[in-house]
Amino acid sequence: MSDAPALPVLILLGTAILAPLVSLLLRRSARALAVAAVAAAASISAVNLVRVLGRGTLHTHMAGWPPPIGIEYVLDPLAAFVAAVINSIVLIVLVHARLSVDAEIPDRSRHVSFYALVLLMLCGFNGIVATGDFFNLYVWLEISSLSLYGLVAAGDRRSPVAAFRYLIMGTIGATFYLLGLGFLFVMTGSLNMADLAAILPHVWREPPVVVGLVLMVAGMSIKMALFPLHGWLPDAYTTAPSSASALIAPTGTKVGAYVLIRLLFFVFGAEFAARTLPVTSVIGWLAAAAVIYGSVMAMAQKELKRMLAFSSVAQVGYIGIGIGLASPLGLIGAVLHVLNHACMKALLFLVAGSFRLKLGHSRIDRFNAAVRRQMPWTTAAFAAGALSMVGVPPLAGFFSKWYLALGAVRASNWIFLAVILVSSLLNAVYFFRVLERLYMGKTGGPGKQEGPAGEAVEDGPRDGEAAASMLVPVLLLAAALLVIGLLNAVVVKQVIMKMIPQGMM
Amino acid sequence: MKTLDFFVGHYAYWFVVALLVLGLYGMMVKRNLVKKLIGMTIFQVAVIIFYIASAVKREATIPIADKAIGTADASLYINPLQHTLMLTAIVVGVATAGVAYALLIIIFRRYNTLHEPELMEAMKREEEEDGDE
Repeated sequence: MSDAPALPVLILLGTAILAPLVSLLLRRSARALAVAAVAAAASISAVNLVRVLGRGTLHTHMAGWPPPIGIEYVLDPLAAFVAAVINSIVLIVLVHARLSVDAEIPDRSRHVSFYALVLLMLCGFNGIVATGDFFNLYVWLEISSLSLYGLVAAGDRRSPVAAFRYLIMGTIGATFYLLGLGFLFVMTGSLNMADLAAILPHVWREPPVVVGLVLMVAGMSIKMALFPLHGWLPDAYTTAPSSASALIAPTGTKVGAYVLIRLLFFVFGAEFAARTLPVTSVIGWLAAAAVIYGSVMAMAQKELKRMLAFSSVAQVGYIGIGIGLASPLGLIGAVLHVLNHACMKALLFLVAGSFRLKLGHSRIDRFNAAVRRQMPWTTAAFAAGALSMVGVPPLAGFFSKWYLALGAVRASNWIFLAVILVSSLLNAVYFFRVLERLYMGKTGGPGKQEGPAGEAVEDGPRDGEAAASMLVPVLLLAAALLVIGLLNAVVVKQVIMKMIPQGMM
Repeated sequence: MKTLDFFVGHYAYWFVVALLVLGLYGMMVKRNLVKKLIGMTIFQVAVIIFYIASAVKREATIPIADKAIGTADASLYINPLQHTLMLTAIVVGVATAGVAYALLIIIFRRYNTLHEPELMEAMKREEEEDGDE
């Protein structure tokens, strides 16, 4: 027993309520408070991860009620890992966010609510990851989703429409989840995950259980933007403020994937989810379609953020393929890709934010070598992220694809293998298109009709490299990609191997 | 007769199914954003009714301890858990609807319409203007 699993949630929730009040007295304190709270949450979850890996799963019983009556917070290796990843990424993005938010949300009075929403969103994610109770998970899911709608709507003129679509789709997803949970509850009388895992084997051939599982999986697939339920994602990511996209893209869909992994492999068990009922293979096939579809659509985009959004659809597909394989290697690939993709997407969206601030736009057809000369470090970091997305060793992105490919070979699933290989090529096509412009595009080249050196000059200050507060997070993430890539064997052996549930081995 | 029993015996659930379909229809087919939102609310309410219906027990009373009934036999009270869960779900639903209406107000102020085809057209025009800059 320990309070550690609930601590990040409490800190973030408390600060989210406190920040607007404090900023009534001390103006501009909201951001400092937010960074401090997220830093606290990130360090606690890092300590938690070490403790969980060393001494095993941590439990907190809310208000002292033992489960299954009371709500339990559980940190096992998977939960602790996802929490640590999400909190650290959000911390890095928040450091970067200051200038970008100042520029993209001109109305200063709205900054307080922006940071409060970020805290609520992260609080919801931490709750989802840490809770051991499915209904509690629903509540956290809605708390984080409502903050996400708000964050998206803070963007450009078109963003409220994207946010409204996201809200409708997100609510359908959450309501499906709740309906499915109702079916499980009717059959088992329990909402506690561990308790359900014990009861379900006795009833899992009953139709309500099957219907419940399918509804919950469908609901979470909407939340994680699994093809063909990804419709809300591209518009939402494109129109949101750059900082918000950089916050949402690495974290939001990952949490959906986490819930799917938890539900399928830890509560129902791989035996049931993969063999008795082909839920995981349906997810796998949809994910394979997502990978191809997302990559092809990304190739057609002219705007960097929109391209990255479609690339997110594809990358979620990789995680889905890992779930679809329903094997230890697949799970390793999926979980490692949660970490890698979080770093890569945060990095790429942050660079898009830096470009927007410095150049006044993030249109690919307007990039040229002048951008690279002006911001050499930012561009280099972007190149590192792009190469990692393509899967060039020793960068991190290569290794998650490697485990997924190994898993596909082990399962003799040649189509998944082909999808992974082909998509890497497609990734190369759409990222090299950008890199080519940044590194080789002539200043007066194809963008000539827009005037020499690009008309963008007048949109924003054109005074060299991005500020330190924007550059350091970006370089940190680029370094992280290299370190994770080089140390991937350590990460897999010391952390991810400990997550694999017993039924799967 | 068995089929009839199946239909009549589960009448609450058929009602829920009808509401779910109605809500989905509203969200997917209706072109007006407010009507979509009404569909969303119906969809959420259907799930609330589903939970409440599953709490019902024959010959049981509301879950407030009654001295005349005693507390020894739980089957004399309906299950209170679903009701408390749905209190939370109602709060979630109200919050979602609140955020959605706030978004609709912003959309209407910016585009002066909530009719989806008109909205798409206005946004497309705007995008083209942005591109021409």
